[in-house]
Amino acid sequence: MTAATSADSHPRSDDTFVELEKVTLAYGRGDKQIVALGLTDLRIDQGDFVALVGPSGCGKSTILKLVTGLITASSGYVYVAGREVGAASVRVGMAFQNPTMLPWLTVRDNVMMPLKIVPPFRQEYRSKHKTEFRDRADALLKEVGLAGFADKHPWQLSGGMLQRASLCRALIHEPQLLMLDEPFGALDQFTREELWAVMQELWMKLKPTVLLVTHDLKEAGYLANRICVMRTRPGQIVDDAPVPFPRPRTIDMSYTPEFVTMTQRLRELIVSARPVKETV
Amino acid sequence: MDQQMRRRVWSIVLIIGFFVMWEAFCWLFNISDIVLPKPSQIIVTLIDRAPALWPHTLQTLYTTLVGFGFGILAGVLLGVLVGSSRLAYDVAYPLLVGFASIPKVAVVPIFVLWFGSGTVPAILTAMIMSIFPIVVNVATGLATTEPELEDVMKALRASKLDILWNVGLPRTMPYFFASLKVSVTLAFVGTVISETVASNRGIGNVMMIASSNFDVPLVFAGLIILAFMGVSLYAVFSLIESKITGWAHRKDEFAMG
Repeated sequence: MTAATSADSHPRSDDTFVELEKVTLAYGRGDKQIVALGLTDLRIDQGDFVALVGPSGCGKSTILKLVTGLITASSGYVYVAGREVGAASVRVGMAFQNPTMLPWLTVRDNVMMPLKIVPPFRQEYRSKHKTEFRDRADALLKEVGLAGFADKHPWQLSGGMLQRASLCRALIHEPQLLMLDEPFGALDQFTREELWAVMQELWMKLKPTVLLVTHDLKEAGYLANRICVMRTRPGQIVDDAPVPFPRPRTIDMSYTPEFVTMTQRLRELIVSARPVKETV
Repeated sequence: MDQQMRRRVWSIVLIIGFFVMWEAFCWLFNISDIVLPKPSQIIVTLIDRAPALWPHTLQTLYTTLVGFGFGILAGVLLGVLVGSSRLAYDVAYPLLVGFASIPKVAVVPIFVLWFGSGTVPAILTAMIMSIFPIVVNVATGLATTEPELEDVMKALRASKLDILWNVGLPRTMPYFFASLKVSVTLAFVGTVISETVASNRGIGNVMMIASSNFDVPLVFAGLIILAFMGVSLYAVFSLIESKITGWAHRKDEFAMG
């Protein structure tokens, strides 16, 4: 059993993979300006698993988009793999709450889509999409429990199955960076817990650097090495703590007093981080 | 399936019934051929004049298809351009609506002025008639691509062209084919208008001459030919549509429980 790797996620370590330096992000101009992200610093080590939790509208997804280069920071710098985001040719995988499968493709072709786009795979796509790549997609689908569904179309699958396929699509091109934006948010409790186990297994095997945005504290505790708590208006990281539980983690673990104490502490942080007091 | 069969049978009954009623109406009220010829008479005319009508039919079909082909080409290109970004869509849309709302009959004299009478203005009119539904549908299909889908692709560092080819265009196919069905009938309208105004060939021209000779059965024969060609092409494109974009019309019976 491997010990928690989170203990050494110390600032200034040399295997920093993602770094946000004095980053802010604001939309609009003048009086109507909305600060989505206040002054934020964040470091993520190579192969680490970091969860961002916080109330809605606190800029969790904003951080994700900054790191992927989908939006540009208003000020400050975002580095990925030692270079400014966009300049670095880092392979990124993404999965959202909505599985966004293309309805005209089979599940397998959907999963293989990144191979069609991302170098170095795209050059080989024509020659290998019916052999090596196909086998790779099938193997991955089997791993998440979708063996035999590769030739189905997305509308023939349930929400949980689609989300599994979506994870496969996020991982097929062996991304160094995996971005998960509430990927299990729309699922029922049992499916969700099943997928946590699948996710953990895939992470332990492939070791991508993962940034997970979630509302679910249990999910964050189960999956992540580190949990960052954000507050809103302006969005900011107010707490950053390691998750000391050994891997592989289990659902039973989430009922231990230590785990409950941890999620309770997170909960209090988030509640106190709310901008205006609400009647609970 | 049973339900669908029954619906089809009733459609056919309705069509036959329509012509029977028409025939009966003409007999009953003793209506003159010059006002409204009987369907039986139109059929006779069609058969009698078939050798003379045939080249004109081909001419109209050829003109329409060529014009429609150019219309598809130009329509898709313009649609991709307009739909390529939200900005382009918002900027170009008013102009597009402006052009689309011009009565196309009004441009035929301009084409005749530029290219003389004959096949060229007919092709151009067919093209201009069929272009706008295609542009609008392709542009709308592209411009309404789900932002999350685009994010997935952008995170993979997909180029604009990659996104267009792998997400935008396939997603637009149902819109595109829906517009083709509308457009092909409009292309016929364009051809016939132009043939009527400025040509010495084609069904439009035949109908023009026949009506000035008070040969009303021949006018109606022309109408029937046009209707038949229009329906046939509509059916062809419907078939292609259902083959290619079946995923967009998925039936519940395919879905799993």
